[in-house]
Amino acid sequence: MSDGLIKRIGWPRIIISAVLVMLILTAMLTGMDWVSLINDMVRRWGQYGILVLAMVPGIQCGIGLNFGVSLGIVGGLLGGLISMELTGQYGLWMSMTPAGRAWMMLLTALVAGIAISTLIGIGYGFLLNNVKGSEMTVSTYVGFSAIAFMNIMWLILPFKNGEIMLPLGGSGLRQTITLEFSFGSVLNNFLMLKIPLAGKVLTIPTGLLLFFFLVCFIVWLFFRSKPGMTMTAAGSNGAFARANGINVNKTRILGTTISTILGGVGIITYAQSYGFLQLYNAPMMMGFTCVASVLIGGATIRRAGVSNVVAGTLMFQGLLALGLPVANNIIPVSSLSEVSRLIISNGIILYALSKSGGRSRG
Amino acid sequence: MESDYVLQMDGVSKEYSGNRVLKNVSLSVKRGEIHALMGENGAGKSTLMNILFGMPVIHNTGGFEGSILLDGCPATISNPQEAMQAGIGMVHQEFMLIPGFTVTENIKVGRELTKPTFFSRIFGKSLETLDFGTMKQDARRALDTVGLGIEEHVRIAGLPVGYMQFIEIAREIDKTGIRLLVFDEPTAVLTESEAARLLAAMRDIAAQGIAIIFITHRLDEVMTVSDSVTILRDGELVTRMPTADTNVHQIAELMVGRKIGGQLTAAEERRQTREGIALKLRDLCVDMPGEALEGVDLDIREGEIFGVGGLAGQGKLGIPNGIMGLYPATGSVELFGEALDFDKLGDALQKGVAFVSEDRRGVGLLLEDSVRLNIIFTAMQINNQFLKGNMLDTREANHHAQEMVKNLDIRCTSIHQVVGDLSGGNQQKVCVARALATNPRLLFVSEPTRGIDIGAKRLVLDLLRRINEEQGMTIVMVSSELVELRSICDRIAIVSDGQVSAIMSPTDSDVNFGLAMSGIRVGAGGPAEELGGEQA
Ligand SMILES: Nc1ncnc2c1ncn2[C@@H]1O[C@H](COP(=O)(O)OP(=O)(O)OP(=O)(O)O)[C@@H](O)[C@H]1O
Ligand SMILES: [Mg+2]
Repeated sequence: MSDGLIKRIGWPRIIISAVLVMLILTAMLTGMDWVSLINDMVRRWGQYGILVLAMVPGIQCGIGLNFGVSLGIVGGLLGGLISMELTGQYGLWMSMTPAGRAWMMLLTALVAGIAISTLIGIGYGFLLNNVKGSEMTVSTYVGFSAIAFMNIMWLILPFKNGEIMLPLGGSGLRQTITLEFSFGSVLNNFLMLKIPLAGKVLTIPTGLLLFFFLVCFIVWLFFRSKPGMTMTAAGSNGAFARANGINVNKTRILGTTISTILGGVGIITYAQSYGFLQLYNAPMMMGFTCVASVLIGGATIRRAGVSNVVAGTLMFQGLLALGLPVANNIIPVSSLSEVSRLIISNGIILYALSKSGGRSRG
Repeated sequence: MESDYVLQMDGVSKEYSGNRVLKNVSLSVKRGEIHALMGENGAGKSTLMNILFGMPVIHNTGGFEGSILLDGCPATISNPQEAMQAGIGMVHQEFMLIPGFTVTENIKVGRELTKPTFFSRIFGKSLETLDFGTMKQDARRALDTVGLGIEEHVRIAGLPVGYMQFIEIAREIDKTGIRLLVFDEPTAVLTESEAARLLAAMRDIAAQGIAIIFITHRLDEVMTVSDSVTILRDGELVTRMPTADTNVHQIAELMVGRKIGGQLTAAEERRQTREGIALKLRDLCVDMPGEALEGVDLDIREGEIFGVGGLAGQGKLGIPNGIMGLYPATGSVELFGEALDFDKLGDALQKGVAFVSEDRRGVGLLLEDSVRLNIIFTAMQINNQFLKGNMLDTREANHHAQEMVKNLDIRCTSIHQVVGDLSGGNQQKVCVARALATNPRLLFVSEPTRGIDIGAKRLVLDLLRRINEEQGMTIVMVSSELVELRSICDRIAIVSDGQVSAIMSPTDSDVNFGLAMSGIRVGAGGPAEELGGEQA
């Protein structure tokens, strides 16, 4: 019985959870501000969650690990920019109270982001259908190319709002755009809980987490619906799907599109929590973070579920939020953090990819 | 005498996550002996052989208890390479061929022959070139031994399952230094004459002093070829005895643990079939590699059980696979008076046809998903059954899956078990359950009894018969097993060389069936003839 339970959870996750608990204990014992470390972990959980969730439809529909989630991120960023442009330049929502306006701007960003990501996702889906068998390589390149291409676009897109343009006049968008006066932290602050703990304050960004769980729930529901089950089947056995009258190309496009949309929604959620829209090369490695998180959560390159996302994001971000400060505290070497972040995320990807070839098919 | 035995496995037990599938089993095989390993579906035969062969699935699930002696010496076999080095070869129940490789490459993989080159003389063996010439000759010889007339340079992908079985056998025969060969249901996908040829080959091999473990559900084969048998039931050893001391009935009873019904007999003349035509084929050509169909005309009446027989590679599998749209087809197909549109994906399904594929792991199953999902999938997909709105109706789905598990005696720990973990025969039953769940008007079953034990075979055949009688479902059964076709079909078409060579009645003589199978068009006469579009 307990044997089966261990197998279901998997040793990697048991070990990581133990490490997390140990890290918290170490932080407590060495007199660090452990409450704020936990705050950090929980905030990051909600902040990255939807981006990681974008991996699920990709894996399930058969395109594998969607390193090209950057395409969705671009869509989301554009959505955010459009929302700010509409308000800043054309006065949309200006008649509302600042609080109401923030919500409406977030909504506008989501709607615009989803619309753009949908279009990009469909095109991306067609592309991936033409490179069956090497999706992961192609998606990695596409991810990087999208960033490179947008580096040019950010310079020439016809936005005007001073808040988002480079200050020196002329054209070009800023590297980092503050959301302080638009929709920054609206979700995080919604119903935020502040619990006094050990002389500090534990803050729970309730709105952020609720939104994350809501999107998770929608995705979970989708995979229990007919189109969701169809997509899963087509992703895991193309011949079976065809024998059941399923057009595998269509389900792959649908999956890729949903993944891209989630990337867009994910980056908007991320940005509002982080407080900034980051353009240019900032989203470059986001795909790797997402891939590592979902794999750490127990997904394989053939199967992933919402629970892998929820657990994986918490563990991965927990390791980063707790591990690095604690390690820095014990062995004070600067720049340890960036290096270890890379080692952790790439190590997990390698580990998971090496394990994923295990199951042979007849 | 200790050293008489090539192999002794003692006190072997195995658990799959708490489920004990082998309990203190022992198995011993003498040199040059053909030893039959018998048992119902899920009795643990393949598991025992996987242990012997050191398959990763065993070690990944916690290993096993018990000991293995090879030629009297304790042996630990922790992976297939070690098994090979120890001189154990295995033909697996589920094919282990590499689809992108050619036949030769598959036969030689891991044991490639090399010839010295200029560089290798200086730098060592790893720079020798592959000796394709000799490898091809070896492959040819092995293929000839099993009587497969296929070109050595063809790729595996897309070949019919019967061919793969032969290639897999050829690969094992080609190995040198082999002292023990395991055949896990090698004849399940072969026709009778091919199986006979294989049995002869097995005798030759055994005569060279190589021991053979032979797993099969065909009792007559056991009686003809084996020297001794071991019988397992529910993971326990029932008995080991010389074949000469027993008979078919005793083995069957020992396997099942109860008496089972008599032999299959030819279907008696039955009720009238209805007037309408369920399936009308005109000049149907199907481009299925190895099973091409070249212009077939057939009329299948509503409510009949129609059999399609013939040797492997003659094209009988092309009929269902072409109609279901799995391979390119031309010609005209009418289902219940409506023309089938080959260009529309799943058109046959929409028109009320269901299909149990002969390739259960490739086409028939979602191996990583639950028994439940596999059973309900097609019905959900095509008829929107088991859905509430657009969502899975868990209650209905559970209920139906449970019912099917009970009706077809699918041995699984629960309906949530992953299908890939079921035994071969039980996977087959899941395929049948999936097709039945759609309540089709016309059911294609391709090799429905492949790999399932005699008890379950009866069950499936009786079930087909029953749904045909009770619901009037038209059934087209494609099978290599003439005996089975003759036991339930009203008429049987024999496909030879891509065409229908004859349409026979189940009561026709064996001679006539034999002639038809070899492509000779017999005017068997009888009422079966008049509707069948026999070729000119
Ligand atoms: N990988 C696995 N994980 C869990 N259970 C398994 C696994 N493989 C086999 N089993 C279970 O072990 C039991 C024995 O299976 P096995 O494949 O040895 O049967 P078998 O005697 O070869 O049957 P068949 O004649 O149908 O091939 C079955 O109940 C099966 O469900
Ligand atoms: Mg088996």
